[in-house]
Amino acid sequence: MVATDPTTQRAEATQHTGPEVLTGAQITCRAIEAEGVTTVFGYPGGAVIPLYDAIPDSGLHHVLTRFEQWSGMAAIGYARATGKVGCCIATSGPGATNLVTALADAMLDSVPIVAITGQVIEPLIGRDGFQEVDITGITLPVTKHNYIVHNVADIATTIKEAFYLARSGRPGPVLVDIPKNIFVAKTEYIPAKLTPRKSYQPTTIPNMRQVRLAADEIAQAKRPLIMAGHGVILSGAEAEFTELVEKTGIPTIFTLLGLGAMDEMHPLAIGMMGMHGHRRANRALDECDLLINFGARFDDRATGNLSGFAPNARVIHVDIDPAEIGKNVKTAVPVVGDIKEVLKLLTPEVKAGDHSAWRTWIEGQHNRVLRAALEDRPAWPEPYAIIKEIADATGHEAIVTTDVGQHQMWAAQHLGVKHGKRWITSGGLGTMGFGLPSAVGAKMGRPDLEVWTIIGDGGFQMSGTELATAVQENLDINIAIINNGYLGMVRQWQDLFHARNYSEVAISGPDFVKLAEAYGATGIRVRTDAEIRPAIEKARSIKGPVLIDFVVEPEANVYPMVAPGASNSQMIEGRKEEE
Amino acid sequence: MESTHTLVLLVEDHPGVLNRVVSLMRRRSFNIDSITVGHSEQVGVSRMTIQLRGNSEDIEQAGKQLYKLLEVVKVIDLQPNEAMIRELVLVKVAAKGAVRAEVVQTASIYGARVLDATPSSVMIEMSGGEEEIESFLTMMRIYGIREMVRSGKVALPRVLSKKTDRQTRQMNPLAAD
Repeated sequence: MVATDPTTQRAEATQHTGPEVLTGAQITCRAIEAEGVTTVFGYPGGAVIPLYDAIPDSGLHHVLTRFEQWSGMAAIGYARATGKVGCCIATSGPGATNLVTALADAMLDSVPIVAITGQVIEPLIGRDGFQEVDITGITLPVTKHNYIVHNVADIATTIKEAFYLARSGRPGPVLVDIPKNIFVAKTEYIPAKLTPRKSYQPTTIPNMRQVRLAADEIAQAKRPLIMAGHGVILSGAEAEFTELVEKTGIPTIFTLLGLGAMDEMHPLAIGMMGMHGHRRANRALDECDLLINFGARFDDRATGNLSGFAPNARVIHVDIDPAEIGKNVKTAVPVVGDIKEVLKLLTPEVKAGDHSAWRTWIEGQHNRVLRAALEDRPAWPEPYAIIKEIADATGHEAIVTTDVGQHQMWAAQHLGVKHGKRWITSGGLGTMGFGLPSAVGAKMGRPDLEVWTIIGDGGFQMSGTELATAVQENLDINIAIINNGYLGMVRQWQDLFHARNYSEVAISGPDFVKLAEAYGATGIRVRTDAEIRPAIEKARSIKGPVLIDFVVEPEANVYPMVAPGASNSQMIEGRKEEE
Repeated sequence: MESTHTLVLLVEDHPGVLNRVVSLMRRRSFNIDSITVGHSEQVGVSRMTIQLRGNSEDIEQAGKQLYKLLEVVKVIDLQPNEAMIRELVLVKVAAKGAVRAEVVQTASIYGARVLDATPSSVMIEMSGGEEEIESFLTMMRIYGIREMVRSGKVALPRVLSKKTDRQTRQMNPLAAD
């Protein structure tokens, strides 16, 4: 999207002016740095040339992605791995519109990111200027809030508020659109202070009366079940949450984004709920008489058909966003607040419980179909076996990002997530291409941790260009392509619900090993079971990005599966599966 | 049960606020019957009156979603018996010759005001509640309505503003909490 513009002027160096007078571009950098952000992801272009003029002299490390959408996804990966606000930059017009999918992804998964977009110079706004789009209009439904800055003196306060909005309350994406002439204009830089707004006061401390009502419900329940959503992780409340679960002895299930709210290997962790959830988790939902939801929004992929969802349960719903209460599921006891604050008050109120009979019943719902099927394995490596080997090799300590599709569900089922901030997947929006750029962002945010990304051969072909970014930044990222030559999840639906009419799902691809090498990364191909673990260990030992092309059974399906529109109790159990 | 509700919104007077409110209502599939915007008694605060149809859960959800907009300061679900809900209508009615006097006389029954006249029509201004306006328009249709505009509803609670929060239902941003 690089385009030059005759009005471009090099922002003047500070020596020409007093030390406090800065350009809008310099103030933008200072304001971002003031939020504790050291890494930004972006792509330059005409309207942001003045901003890019200021970046080298700032304290910001800029990561050049190969497409603006992946800047956004990298910012998401960074935010989710670190718990800090991710920041991305794009130019006006196509640069800005390319961010839209990332903003929508962050909106649906409540991820704190701030996007800075350039805009055409103010006299051109509304006149269809070159690379002009109404990005604040376009992103209205996919941002928590957005701004256009019309005065250079407003940049610092706007960015301050943007970061605050992104991370406070229910986190989400915020966009700040800055016209090029505002980047160039100068003013005295005064570090901004946050001015509270009457209209934005998120409730973090819950109403104690509601907390006691919740505790009463928990005391009376015979078959209580806790479900954990992304809110537990966003609140940084994993330890407090585990404490509550352990004190009450209540079995706990997870949404896709709630995996890691506590260690999945914990004896009270039952597994994932929903469309591709573990059998035990969905069976427990059917039988429970009390469902305590911490920070999940009852997404349809988690609940299945609402009429059959937790049919015998009263519901306690803890959420920081009051609009989530009663939106999808009728709630007996709502508790509005930050999960960590709620747990601080709730855990002392609950009594230590013994639910051993209930837990034994749940354990009995384990799927036993697999073992026999395993004896009759095809020659191809099984996708879930690869996932298990990665988890085993890394001791469940690595950050794992995924793309979207079958491999994502296999990973969710079989990884065994230990830490919430090390499981990064696109849940709400289900954005293909998410895997590699989010791994780039995660590695930038947590260089101290091993980073893996598990991707399908379809998704990799959407964002595979980010290999160049990973090579340019010399990032230790291990890429596991689960290569079945199909857009596997769609193929699975066609297999199960459309009479095997495999319409446009067979997908060819390049030689991924050669491709990796062409980018300056390392490529490894795996075709047999025996090669899986050595390839994983080799990847872990090599510096820089390593791609492993796992060629797997083309028509393996993900089971269990709840058909779209069906209740969670109606699981298709499949031939080969394991919990 | 589905019914018509009147929501009053106090919003920060910023460019684009109306767009944010309307865009939210559209994308969440709430049915707006009428919407008006104007200044309130406070500087920097605009007042919107939105009529929409829905059951009580829909309306509660609408209120909660509206609260999520940064510029929305307060949402009030006005109860019809506790508020004056009014609308202005301008109507151009065919009124030639002898009929003219009859039209003007009918209008005066409703306390409507004649604003303008041409050889073939009169323009009448009428304000009132929903029922009055509908009744007036029924009469005017007899003569033939050539052109019409309705302002959309505006509403104020009857009681003093200090008691407003108690007397009418200020939608609680904390849900059923």
